[in-house]
Amino acid sequence: MNTPAFKHETFRDDYSFSNSAEAIRRFPFPFPEDDYMYSVNIEQHEPGAPGSVLEHLIDIDEHYLAECEDRRLTLEQDPDRCIITPHMIDAQWDMVELVMESLAADYPQWFSLSKNGDDWHWINTPMGIDQQFRFGDASTLPMPPFEFITRQVQGDWIIMDQRDDDLFADMGMVTSQADWSIAFDAGMSFKEWHGPVPQANEIGVFDRALKYLLHLQYGSPVRRLNWTMTVNPRLDTSPENYPFWGPDNVSVTPENVGDKVYLRVELQALFRLPRSNAIAFSVRGYLISLNELVTYPRWGKRLHRILKGLHPDLSEYKGLDHYRQTVIDWLAPMDDGADLGLGTQPE
Amino acid sequence: MTTLNVRVAAVEQVTELVKHFTLVQQNGQPLPRFSGGSHVVVSMNINGRNHRNPYSLMGSPDNTESYHISVRRQEQSRGGSVYMHDQVTVGSELQITYPVNLFAISKLAHKHILVAGGIGITPFMSQIADLNRLGQHYELHYAYRSPEHGAFVEQLREMCGDRLHCYVESEGQRMSFQQLLSQQPLGTHVYTCGPDAMVKTLLLTARDMGWPESHLHSEQFSAPPIGDAFVISLAQSGIDLEVPGDMSMLEAMEEAGLEPPFLCRGGACGRCELEVLACDGALMHNDHYLSDAEKTAGNKIMPCVSRASCQKLVLNI
Ligand code: HEM
Ligand code: FES
Repeated sequence: MNTPAFKHETFRDDYSFSNSAEAIRRFPFPFPEDDYMYSVNIEQHEPGAPGSVLEHLIDIDEHYLAECEDRRLTLEQDPDRCIITPHMIDAQWDMVELVMESLAADYPQWFSLSKNGDDWHWINTPMGIDQQFRFGDASTLPMPPFEFITRQVQGDWIIMDQRDDDLFADMGMVTSQADWSIAFDAGMSFKEWHGPVPQANEIGVFDRALKYLLHLQYGSPVRRLNWTMTVNPRLDTSPENYPFWGPDNVSVTPENVGDKVYLRVELQALFRLPRSNAIAFSVRGYLISLNELVTYPRWGKRLHRILKGLHPDLSEYKGLDHYRQTVIDWLAPMDDGADLGLGTQPE
Repeated sequence: MTTLNVRVAAVEQVTELVKHFTLVQQNGQPLPRFSGGSHVVVSMNINGRNHRNPYSLMGSPDNTESYHISVRRQEQSRGGSVYMHDQVTVGSELQITYPVNLFAISKLAHKHILVAGGIGITPFMSQIADLNRLGQHYELHYAYRSPEHGAFVEQLREMCGDRLHCYVESEGQRMSFQQLLSQQPLGTHVYTCGPDAMVKTLLLTARDMGWPESHLHSEQFSAPPIGDAFVISLAQSGIDLEVPGDMSMLEAMEEAGLEPPFLCRGGACGRCELEVLACDGALMHNDHYLSDAEKTAGNKIMPCVSRASCQKLVLNI
């Protein structure tokens, strides 16, 4: 993409967040057909089209600085959003390497990494960070290596230790989650933390996904999309802060729905980490208001059909029940019933 | 599957039967980092046929300049190790997969007991580098046939100091698994790699003594055994293929231009598992992955090492 100017905007209080025309165009719309059900929708995380959110391993967009600032505010109020257990020390450094190397290679205009053996020099120009440190020596960084690097990248990161043919969420930086908590899920296994998800276990999704992930290879990351909806462009929809955002769910009216309701898509990428043999799970969220979304009529029609046919258990689990009908009613006049064909493209 | 092109930078005859190969990237770049206990699969073109064998990485994971593997010559095998010994020299170019770890050390263990037999020492060498770096509590117990067969003993003594315990069979020194496994502190994990009989006995002893399954780790790669030819019928693609006596099913499919998934090619990881739809004879399971119950049930097979004694085997692929 062209070098975006980083926007000054907020994800709380006055909610000044919005997408530029360019950001709308590259939005990772998740519905290739008119129906939706959970599936093992995992594919190779290979570079996608230039300009798309898949162009690089880790996507940096116009919301970069604002999202990092929102993370800083959340951590200030609640440091437990970053959980690090001592046996994950190798994984902390693996993460430093993964993020610094890919950002420096993909966005040389903003990030630079130079190495002299284990003496590394990292420059993050947008955030004004210039740090020399010794790779592998945590005392040379101002904070734990995992926290240092995940404060400088968009999206949540959960790092799983692999043992006993299972994955355990033993480290995480989670400040923009869809109503779950790393402090609660820390140390849980793959099936345990997926416990609340309806329908998926019954159709074997988690058995197959876990088997696949245990064999995930270094150098061959994979990705999948997940989605939900949210009222107001709020990143921190955590169970801890439910009192601050939960009531918003009943504030949706036919008049404000286009403005207040957001589709929230998570681009989830999974990387095997080399030194620790752990797996990094990144959850990169993209928000788009319904008003922005329907600037592409194809997307508006598709979303209308998805919401109309959504399984009631999924609707309840995703927390849509309070306002789903209002959204459907608002989208209905824009859907002429035309055959949209397959694919997620905007036009 | 992501691969690396490497060149042999050095070859060392370690014992009469073991050669040690040093591999560097052909493009001069550093190699990917890895974790102790990892292996790579090496591709060799032998008489126009592609052979791929798994070998443990035994260098220190801190070293990204070169990878180190050791190969024991197996005369009665299908030729992979003999090829490595006789044809591969300094300057030879090989293709290897990215490292995969099926034998990782447990990060929550309080103590690690490593038990190696013969060439089974190799995965422990990279594990020990990690254990040393992380300041972990461990013991290495290494059994071999005779003093001449004790590969890497000097190097190990340097790495492990008095945590190394050697057992030389020709001198009548035997390891007592019973003794080794008794009176270990809570939270001890045991790891073993070596000859089949040794691995099986150690695991049985540990289970009998009430060790939890999650604290037992073993790694064994089988070589695909030679057998009788048979035909596999691939139900989804409608293709019938002959599997010659000296090829595995996986190799026969690759030879036909298919790309079925694999990781270890030694019956250990489970990645290549296929569903058996029909078989007019008997399945011959040679893997360490399926449980005894699954092997008896007969509806799954690991094509990297297992075969069938039959006319036709129908697979769901
Ligand atoms: C290994 C890394 C993964 C982590 C750490 C993870 C974590 C989570 C968490 C915390 C939730 C929310 C559960 C709750 O409501 O409390 C969730 C939901 C879910 N996960 Fe995963 N997950 C992972 C991988 C996968 C994979 C590979 C799949 C593939 C099928 C998957 C499928 C799902 C589905 C379908 C949901 C429900 C989402 C929704 O409807 O909004 N997850 N996951
Ligand atoms: S490839 Fe690992 S079991 Fe067959």
